[in-house]
Amino acid sequence: MYNAGKIIPGLLIFLGLVTFPFWSNLGGAYEAPELVMPEAEEECVLAGDWMRANHMILLDDWRDLAVRDNKRLFTNDAGKRFDMSLTKTCLSSQCHANKDTFCDRCHDALAITPNCWDCHVVPTVGEE
Amino acid sequence: MAINRRTFLKAAGLTTLAGVAGHAAMELLAPGALEAARPESVGRFPEELTAKRWAMLIDTKKFTTVQTYQRSIDACHVLHNVPHIPGDQEIKWLWTDSFKHVFPDQQHELVPDAIKNQPFLALCNHCDNPPCVRVCPTKATFKRDDGIVMMDMHRCIGCRYCMAGCPYGARSFNFWDPRPFIANIDPYYPTRMIGVVEKCTFCEDRLARGQIPACVEVSEGAMIFGDLDNQDSEVRRVLRERYSLRRKPSLGTKPHVFYLI
Ligand code: SF4
Ligand code: SF4
Repeated sequence: MYNAGKIIPGLLIFLGLVTFPFWSNLGGAYEAPELVMPEAEEECVLAGDWMRANHMILLDDWRDLAVRDNKRLFTNDAGKRFDMSLTKTCLSSQCHANKDTFCDRCHDALAITPNCWDCHVVPTVGEE
Repeated sequence: MAINRRTFLKAAGLTTLAGVAGHAAMELLAPGALEAARPESVGRFPEELTAKRWAMLIDTKKFTTVQTYQRSIDACHVLHNVPHIPGDQEIKWLWTDSFKHVFPDQQHELVPDAIKNQPFLALCNHCDNPPCVRVCPTKATFKRDDGIVMMDMHRCIGCRYCMAGCPYGARSFNFWDPRPFIANIDPYYPTRMIGVVEKCTFCEDRLARGQIPACVEVSEGAMIFGDLDNQDSEVRRVLRERYSLRRKPSLGTKPHVFYLI
């Protein structure tokens, strides 16, 4: 190949750079971060296990139901009623008032940045 | 590898199908994952205020100066975290303008000075035939059955077609992140992000929880809100008794904000 001496090392460097995110993350085991659970509330809107896996689906559904269908009252399996609102319910002083020690710990560990908080305001800890 | 057009289209079709089926696949892989949307588990607050056709009246005899209007404007803007940006990029849901601008087709030389110089309150008219809804490519702007022209800020892509479509200048675009321009952020209403259009929503989130719009609440009777479809409602009674104007009626948008003269 004409100029093989330059092309092949060039390709290798390129491949190395492109795959950097994959091999640089090899090895280190994922450790689930420790989360601070709400003090005042024992039960979540739905079962904890389910929420751990699917809270984004619930929030997405709530968002569409509230904004598009004007349905804002959620009744869970135990018959308890909730205002379908991220700030008024999930982030209220009764529940996950502290975003840093709950939401962010997992999101940071997984390196994801949901853009919910670009608009939805986190009520400050202890303030109602 | 040689790939011909046919193979490419097949692959493209398959990946699209996979994308479309994503939500359905979710159901298969995580059964019950969508149970949050079970119809019986979601509903409306019993105290919700409902109407067949919401409408608003503005009594221009009670509202005569900017100061009289200011309480309503502040109530709205504080509650909805509307940023205060000076200059021509301001964000506004409720504002005042001159007779000449609010009612351009009611102009003639002999309009009394008092009216000519009086400020008039302006907001989204929640039109029956809203051009903003027709031109919005994402359905971020849509009309509800009760007449409220809604903004779904989550879906707005900031193309500003609606701003070009609205003949009343009722929509504002966020050229900047609004948060630095909000004096006291109310955590119970979202702010907007850069690149999103916003406007008055007739306080639909308050109606859903049994409260009348914030501007009407603080207006001391100078604004009236109610169901235009109900013969016995206050809005209908007042419209029967008093003369009223709508903005730019010749455009056929059928505004549902009425100005009592
Ligand atoms: S006033 Fe403008 S923004 Fe409001 S519904 Fe009418 S056309 Fe749309
Ligand atoms: S700016 Fe947003 S609301 Fe307006 S037309 Fe475009 S997508 Fe729709």
